[in-house]
Order: sequence, then structure tokens, then C-alpha cells
Amino acid sequence: MPIILDKVSHVYGEDTAMAVTALKNISLVIPDGQFIGLIGHTGSGKSTLIQHLNGLIKATSGNIYFNGEDIDADDFDKKRLRSKVGLVFQYPEHQLFETDVFSDVCYGPKNLGLTQKEIQLRAYEALKLVGIEDEYFYQSPFDLSGGQKRRVAIAGVLAMKPEVLILDEPTAGLDPEGRDEILDQISKLKKETGITVILVSHSMEDVAKYVDRIIVMNRGSVMFDDEPKEVFRHCEELESVGLAAPQVTYIMKKLRDNGYDVRDDVTTIEEAKTEIIRYFSNLKSAKTRG
Amino acid sequence: MGIIKVKDLIFEYIRRDEEGNVEGITTAIDDINLDIEQGDFVSVLGHNGSGKSTLAKHLNAILYPTEGTVWVDGKDTQNNEYIWDIRQTAGMVFQNPDNQIIGQVVEEDVGFGPENMGVLTKEIWERVDESLKAVGMYEFRKYSPNKLSGGQKQRVSIAGVIAMHPKCIILDEPTAMLDPKGRREVIRAVRALNDVEHITVILITHYMDEVIYSDKVYVMDKGKIALHGTPREIFSKVERLKELRLDVPQVTLLAHELKEAGIPMPDGILTKEEFAAAFDECVNRAI
Repeated sequence: MPIILDKVSHVYGEDTAMAVTALKNISLVIPDGQFIGLIGHTGSGKSTLIQHLNGLIKATSGNIYFNGEDIDADDFDKKRLRSKVGLVFQYPEHQLFETDVFSDVCYGPKNLGLTQKEIQLRAYEALKLVGIEDEYFYQSPFDLSGGQKRRVAIAGVLAMKPEVLILDEPTAGLDPEGRDEILDQISKLKKETGITVILVSHSMEDVAKYVDRIIVMNRGSVMFDDEPKEVFRHCEELESVGLAAPQVTYIMKKLRDNGYDVRDDVTTIEEAKTEIIRYFSNLKSAKTRG
Repeated sequence: MGIIKVKDLIFEYIRRDEEGNVEGITTAIDDINLDIEQGDFVSVLGHNGSGKSTLAKHLNAILYPTEGTVWVDGKDTQNNEYIWDIRQTAGMVFQNPDNQIIGQVVEEDVGFGPENMGVLTKEIWERVDESLKAVGMYEFRKYSPNKLSGGQKQRVSIAGVIAMHPKCIILDEPTAMLDPKGRREVIRAVRALNDVEHITVILITHYMDEVIYSDKVYVMDKGKIALHGTPREIFSKVERLKELRLDVPQVTLLAHELKEAGIPMPDGILTKEEFAAAFDECVNRAI
């Protein structure tokens, strides 16, 4: 179900001396099934934006449409919106509270008023989707590793069967393998279920590796909104707002500056490897011909 | 003996169930030996749960060894008499800046440490100013900490530690919650403290690219030191690091993958400049 933002602005503490404009005139279309990366420096408005998408905060001006309906209309069912747009906050494992993993994941669907059977089925599916094995189901969530806890917390949101999944820095504080596990699972989940995923991240390398579209926020406005390779072309502008391109993009730029005819719109290790191998095989064939 | 010496350190904790019955014993640190010289920049890597933070907490007497000994500036951490000296010698900065800042105004927060040590008021102000200058936050001294970005807050936390004039500063994932600019600012401040003030730095991190400036890297696994060496030596072992749930900087990984594909790039490349130089070499050989 697509989400459309039409000239959305948000001011914290409106009509007070401390008013701060967090979002300025944002218009965006989020169609079904995209994998979107949302990047921006601390305080750029990312978190304010994602909290609008499931109606946790209300726009000061402008409209947000979920599946064509205005979410601020009087007859709009916000409860349904929140079950369709799942939001995973930073450090979601701090919100785990039940005595065992399975009950924790059941908590969300239980509040939707489903049958016991349906609740358990959803919890089971959600745990499978994030790669938590049966042997952990009846353990205390507090005995799991950091990465496992986080996956259980994400399963708690997935059990609501959201059509849009928003994750706010899901890999902060995880070791590299924990980070890859979570992002691979999310990417797999997106492929299997076709849901829309919005990933808020400070890691340009991760964003470049997984998403189809990047939205860059700066001071409450959208600065860029395009495919990763187009966005990372602007590495100087990104740096001026506290961001960067992936390291591999800088490597390719350096080679190009040094006079080698290689593409520099490369954003992942795979692409860079392919491009450099292509360069060397051209060199070889030029040599054999010459 | 160096500024920090760890000998045969073992740390165990007892797990208990809700009724307080003993469920088992976990060995978080399993026989570690370290000798860190004054002025060294040391990084500690390791996956979640490998024992990095537990080790760090031994270095300023937040935790005590189950077996073995830790000396900070020649003082045994288990000797209660030295505890305040030790915490003053080895300052600690944690992951979340919001949990470490207590003052209403930046300079007040930085002055909190020396004030508690009984430093004279005039000297407190001198130390506050010099510490804020050292981390590049002097112009923000009159700000409220909640108006600062994550990287700025974290630099204020570091200033708060250096105002106590430590010989050594331990940073436990100081950049985990920061955006790229915040990370750069913090790492730059830490490197300057090490280069200019010769403060010993122990940096615990999950970001491989922050490690390349250190003199020595220790990689922990299951409470033991699995690997140690210079950044170049460590990052030459791409496969071994993967087994330890870690990775290498993108530039190192790209060079490694090209080598696997038959392009003769050397191991342990750490910067894009080194990469470019090695690339020149490969091209010259190919022509």
C-alpha cells in the first residue's frame, strides 16, 4: 500500500519561543515493494519523518495518504495504520520484556484480537523469517546474544504482518557478522514477502549494498532522492552535510583521478571488482593485439 | 613495566536463576596477558560477547580479576587504596554520550571530574579550557549539551575525561551511535590526544577503518586474545578475521578479492593511496 507525503512540515513546540522546524515541505511517494535507504546526519529529520509514516506524530501542515486515504482524517483508523506500517526503533531489544522469546513475539498480534491459533502461527512465522531456530523459543530473551535479541525484537514487529517495515539503525552496536546477518535477513524477507522496507542508517556501505533507492535528508528537507549510484556521485555535497560515499567509491575516484579509464559511479565491492577485472582483461587483450 | 600491564587475567561470573540458585559459571576473560606502553595507541576488536568490554572494565577498576593481576601505572587494581588514583590515571568513555553528560552547560560538565578531585577553582577553569580546546569544542563551552550533535557530545565526554589529566584513556565503542561526520570528529580528536599529548589510547570498536591508525591491534575471541599485531599484519588475515565474525576495511577487502581473482595486489592494504600505488604496479606489470 503506497504512502504519499504531500508538502509535509513539522514544527516542534509550535507557537512557543522554542519552536524548531524539523521537516520542511516534504513531498515523497513510497510505492509498494521498494527497498529504501534513508540517510542524513544526526538531527536532519530522519526520525521525525519515519514517525509521521505510521501516525506517531502529526504533521503541522501538509497531508499524508496511506493507500489513498488521508491519515489525519477523522474517520481514519490509525490502529490499522500502525499494524500495517511497522516501526522498529533504535536498540529495539531494550523493549523485550516477556519471560520467553515466543511470548514476546506473540505480544503484538495478541493485541490485535486474533485467535490463539492465529497468534501462535504468526509468531512462529515471524521468528522463522528472522532466522531464530526453535531451540530458542522457550529461552529467556535476555539470555540471547545482542544480534539474536535484536532479531527477536524485529520478529515482534513482523508478527503484526506489516506491509511497510521501517527500521531505525537496526545494526548500531553489532559486530560485522551480526550486522550482515540482520541485513541479509531483511533483504531476504523483502524478496520473499514483497513488503516495502525503509532502512535508516549511518553506514553508507550498508545502504549501498542493499537498497534500490536512497533518500538523503538535510536540515528537514530532502536533498537527494535517487538510485544509490546517482546519489553517491555527489560525494562532495554529501560530505558538506556530514555524510560520505562508501569507501570503495573513493577508491575508484582516486584511480580515475590518476588517469585510469575506470568507472567511478561504483558503490559496492562487487561492482568495483568487476570493473577492475574488466580493466585488466582489456589491458591484456590490447597487449596481445598489439 | 608499561602504563597498563595485565598478567594471567581470568574473570568469571556466576549466572543465577530468579531464585538466586547458581546456574553456571561463565568465563568472560580467559587468561589474558598484555603490556601497554605509555603513549601507545592500541585498538581492541572482537565480536559481540568476545570479552572486550569486560577487559576494558578491568583497566580502571570497575571489575576486579577472579585470578591474575592488573596494574595501572604500577598500581594493583585490587588494592582499594589505589582505586581513585587508578580511575584518575585511566579514564573511560562509553558508547552512549547521553548517559555520560550530567552538566547543564558544556564547561560545567567538563569541570565535574576535576572538581571532584579537589582541584582548585582557578585550575579547574584552566583544565576545562585546555580540554575543550584539545577536542575542538572550546567554542561550544557555553552551550547546553542537549543542543549538540552526537559527535559533539561524545567529544565533550572525552574532554571531561582529559580534564582529569589521565595518562591513559579507554574508549568503549565511542562512535557506535554516530553519523559519519561525528565518527570522523571523534577519531580525529582521539588521534590528536595521542599524537600531541602522548596520552595512551585504548580504543574498542567495530569499525575496522578506525583501527588503521593504531600502533597495535588485539583481536579477542571467547575471552582470549586470538590475534595481535600491527593493523597491516591483522588485516592481511582476511579469512581468519571472517572466522572471528569480523571484517576488514573495504579497501583491504577489494585488494584481497582482486588478488583471489588473479590480479597481484599485496595483502594488508589500508588506505586508498596505498591501493592506488599497488594498482599502478599491477598495471605496469600487465603492460
